[in-house]
Amino acid sequence: MPTAGSVAALPSPCPAPVLVRAHRYPSPPRQRGCTANGTALVLNSRFRGNDDRGTSGRVAAWCIPSLAVIALFFLALLGAASPGRADDFAAALGGLGADAFAQKVQAVEALGTIGDARAVPVLRALRDGLMAKAPDGHLLIVDTAGGKTRLIDPETGSEVAGLDPDALDRILVNNRLRGAIEAALGEVMLFSPNPGERMTAAQDALKHPSAETASLLQKAIAAEQDAEVRAAMQRALYAAQLFSGSEPQRLAAVRALGGGADPQIKNLLDQLRNDPNTDPELRHAAEQALAAIQQRLKLVAIAASLFEGISLGSILLLAAIGLAITFGVMGVINMAHGEMIMLGAYSAFVCQQLFRTFLPASWIDGYLIVAVPVGFVVAGALGIVIERTVIRFLYGRPLETLLATWGVSLILQQLVRSIFGAPNKEVSNPAWMTGGFDLVGGFTVTWSRLCIIAFCFVVLGVIALILNRTAFGLQMRAVTQNRAMAAVMGIRTARIDALTFGLGSGIAGMAGVALSQVGNVSPNLGTIYIVDSFLVVVFGGVGNLMGTLVGALSLGIVNKFLEPVAGAVLGKIVVLVAIILFVQRRPRGLFALKGRTAEAEG
Amino acid sequence: MPGQPDGRSRPRWNAVFWTGFILCGVVLGLAVPVLNRWVAPSSPFALPDYLVPLLGKYLCYAMLALSLDLIWGYAGILSLGQGAFFALGGYCMGMYLMRQIGTRGVYQNPVLPDFMVFLQYKQLPWFWWGFDHFAFAMAMVLLVPGLLAFVFGWLAFRSRVTGVYLSIITQAMTYALLLAFFRNDMGFGGNNGLTDFKDILGWDLHRPETRIGLYLASVAALGLTYLVCRLIAGSKLGRVLLALRNAESRVRFLGYSTVRAKLFVFTVAALLAGVAGALYVPQVGIINPSEFSPGNSIEVAIWVSVGGRGTLLGAILGAVLVNFAKTWLTGAAPEIWLFFLGGLFVLTTLAFPRGIIGLFRMPRWTRRAASVPLAAEKQA
Amino acid sequence: MISSASPRGAADVLLYLNGVTVSFDGFKALDDLSLVVEDGELRTIIGPNGAGKTTMMDVITGKTRPDSGEVFFRGNADLSRLDESEIANLGIGRKFQRPTVFENLTVFENLELALADDRGTWRTLFARLTGDRRERIAATLSRIGLAELGGLQAGALSHGQKQWLEIGMLLIHDRSLLLLDEPVAGMTDRETEATAALILDLARDRTIVVVEHDMAFVRSLGARVTVLHEGSVLAEGSIDHVQNNARVIEVYLGR
Repeated sequence: MPTAGSVAALPSPCPAPVLVRAHRYPSPPRQRGCTANGTALVLNSRFRGNDDRGTSGRVAAWCIPSLAVIALFFLALLGAASPGRADDFAAALGGLGADAFAQKVQAVEALGTIGDARAVPVLRALRDGLMAKAPDGHLLIVDTAGGKTRLIDPETGSEVAGLDPDALDRILVNNRLRGAIEAALGEVMLFSPNPGERMTAAQDALKHPSAETASLLQKAIAAEQDAEVRAAMQRALYAAQLFSGSEPQRLAAVRALGGGADPQIKNLLDQLRNDPNTDPELRHAAEQALAAIQQRLKLVAIAASLFEGISLGSILLLAAIGLAITFGVMGVINMAHGEMIMLGAYSAFVCQQLFRTFLPASWIDGYLIVAVPVGFVVAGALGIVIERTVIRFLYGRPLETLLATWGVSLILQQLVRSIFGAPNKEVSNPAWMTGGFDLVGGFTVTWSRLCIIAFCFVVLGVIALILNRTAFGLQMRAVTQNRAMAAVMGIRTARIDALTFGLGSGIAGMAGVALSQVGNVSPNLGTIYIVDSFLVVVFGGVGNLMGTLVGALSLGIVNKFLEPVAGAVLGKIVVLVAIILFVQRRPRGLFALKGRTAEAEG
Repeated sequence: MPGQPDGRSRPRWNAVFWTGFILCGVVLGLAVPVLNRWVAPSSPFALPDYLVPLLGKYLCYAMLALSLDLIWGYAGILSLGQGAFFALGGYCMGMYLMRQIGTRGVYQNPVLPDFMVFLQYKQLPWFWWGFDHFAFAMAMVLLVPGLLAFVFGWLAFRSRVTGVYLSIITQAMTYALLLAFFRNDMGFGGNNGLTDFKDILGWDLHRPETRIGLYLASVAALGLTYLVCRLIAGSKLGRVLLALRNAESRVRFLGYSTVRAKLFVFTVAALLAGVAGALYVPQVGIINPSEFSPGNSIEVAIWVSVGGRGTLLGAILGAVLVNFAKTWLTGAAPEIWLFFLGGLFVLTTLAFPRGIIGLFRMPRWTRRAASVPLAAEKQA
Repeated sequence: MISSASPRGAADVLLYLNGVTVSFDGFKALDDLSLVVEDGELRTIIGPNGAGKTTMMDVITGKTRPDSGEVFFRGNADLSRLDESEIANLGIGRKFQRPTVFENLTVFENLELALADDRGTWRTLFARLTGDRRERIAATLSRIGLAELGGLQAGALSHGQKQWLEIGMLLIHDRSLLLLDEPVAGMTDRETEATAALILDLARDRTIVVVEHDMAFVRSLGARVTVLHEGSVLAEGSIDHVQNNARVIEVYLGR
């Protein structure tokens, strides 16, 4: 453990050393505004608080707190006897005014167990150093909200006038006290008027199962109206009863807890099982519950990997569809494809900036809706330009096209770098895309990824529609399968080429817009996705959507399933090698299209 | 073009060639040491010390370009992974040089290089054994890229993977190696690579004499590479390669094993690239995983294109010219460099597919094997 | 089992096909085909499109494996088991319908590659063009009528010249059996005549099987004719015999 005044540099496998941070020791008395937000240095890891006062001060301080303790003890007895919660509250509050930290800790703990909602602001103020003591011994909360400093009486909640906030002594806190405050806050939150806070408190209580927590929870459950919160509290109660309840209670708790998939509960059950003092019947029940939970957790892990795999797959799909189409129809490997994606992402950025600058703030979330067609048009138009100026002349020479489009990609990258600069650009998710919801067992489904998956399938559907139901699609397919014949039939292959390339690039642009929501927007965005797009095309087969769909999804899912096993980088390497080997067996991909794909050698 | 009745328009190994070859060798070999060591520093002809390894680097790049020209210009295999073989050879040399540092490193460990001490390795990983011997390291320079090329090529060619698909999987290969070597726990120095070399074969790498020695070694290696490429290109195997670029099944039908022919040149090209990498590292002073990046390998293709694909001299010319432009532009106007390079890619493929040499159409010295002439076919 | 009695003497059987069946996805390209070609013979194969002529060639050269039946070369080499290059090395040469010479090499080089020689990669690397080999190439060049064009890029040849070059490439490899698939397709009349003369000349010292449509050409060859129809042999004999055969007329002129 680091000792006083030292900054620890732990040896680690990473080249960069890691600093250990901890809380800052509060400044000496009379300084305002010290907050609990930690800044760098560790001082003092001892748990006992050190005042800054001198020895004499400490002696003097010793007498008064001890007397106060005795007084408090009697008060507490009185308080326990009487049912009045208000008295408990006032008593506990009084304890905070003591000089000794031990008393303060006790007072805080008392505040936590009382179950009075008024304790919340008190504890918070105490933690933030905003608790002051009036000359008459009353404790007051210093409220600095709204720029004005006011003094509030914690018992009534009303403002106290006539005192100068700056002249009052602040109640000091130390690390141990802070810990106690946090715990107490957690407990008190069980009775907070805000259901969200109660829910959080119930979940926190799960982490600290004990007899006191149990009784608190029972009280809270009795008063709880909200079904969800009550269920959470019930779970926490069971967890607490695992160790502190009576035998039948424990058994019942074990059985009840087996129905969930919470990793914390799993740990508790593990503890129970490994404890040599556990009664065999209880242990057996714990094992059964554990097995059930393991099973469920495994399923959840698989579901999580699947979801992430599909999410990654959908991104790959968006990125690769355009490539598959252009390669299928024209036999062109477009190395500038990644840059089309990048341009789409930057279009989203520009839209966002325009919205921010010119439109009222409430419209900002609409930028994404506009960005999608903008990205399509920008990338698509550029694609058509590239096709007309470069690719058209390299007809039938796929290797040269590869090189020429690589050159175009370099130019585009440098162009964007010169205009927008090299660092990442911030593109924020609109409000309706942030956050997510929890599926069982700690697996969170984020809205942004869900939206992208949906978007991807919509795009896929639209493209399938275009390919199969429109005249343009028919012509595209004709040219893919037999260019010469199509030309002879009167199809203007040059125009189809240009439009196809435009379509493929436009889709890439939309992919870029989607990517801007989940990744960084930088000039190098294209290079990240180009290799993956190629592999999808090579793996899935060229010129048909089914191949790209299957290829992208399977690559995404395989990647995500390998990740927990082998790590992201190694997983990617494995996938690469697997594809290299796969191409040996099926050189034209999974769903090879029989038709004119460029096989001309050089 | 109608040639002699016996139809030979291939490189001749005659007196004219040898004279030219030796002359070039002498000029390249003598000019630099003389201008560096024996000309007064104040003279405008003096060659500053820092330029010597730079020129050596160009020569290594020229070797790399030759290796690609051999397989691309003749067999039509556009391997976008030559950089991987180059880097592998470089790493082998780098490992030897790291072992040579010994106790002169920051941590002064006689066996473990600095980065291993930092990462708390207890002993040398097994694949580093033997690299303190120069002969072993040089054998590895040949063996490692060669073996990889052999296996990869065998898998690819046997399955008749050709054209763009082949190019893409060579890119995948070099990309996989990039990811692997970037990992800090691979034992190859991670993203920092291998650097801080002290000496090679006892010669201090920072002394001008050593640099000149390395430069001369590069000249010799380039000459040798050129001869090897010329030998292959001008042999019957070279013609088989040209034929299979055109009509592979027909060549197979004639009884040749096209897989073996392609595998042979692919492996030789990898060996040449590996040697180039090995000479590159001591002159540049560092080898790091970014050498594996897919973009590097694609750049080699443009060197060959600019000079003239299928003409061995073109590869050398292109490599030197483009890299010279790179050195100049990245120093003088770095923002322009990528525009220039990108434009080069586009222009050479669109307008100058035969490259610079092709512009001059030198039939005797060089073997123009580029494109198929579109002759008047149907007289019927 | 020789399908139709032939008055030839005790000539060796070079090519023996018996009951060969090949089907592609249910479609029978060859249906119990039986055929015998004798050593030194010149045989012409005719038949409507889809009769299986090209598939038969594919089976012989190893490009397609028969589903059933026997294919033997010189009585002992089972062609259904060997691969293309092995069959090529046995002495069977095929000329495809479209000329596939190596267009980026000269005429001379094309022949050089086809020259019978060790095909190993090392040997090919260090192969030297000896005077002996050069003579053979020159001889072949004159035999196929391209003596003056040795230095020309093969891509610059006319269509007919490319066909001859291809025949020359088969020649120079000392193939004992030549399979020529529509050798005069796309040729001018003059070229067709020259080709007929060439083939007759070549037939003196090797076995040749010619697949053709051009009846005038077939007649000018004057060889034994086999008619294929729907994957099996319909009739066999001299050109007159075959042209007067009722079933052949029915097949060619329709029902």
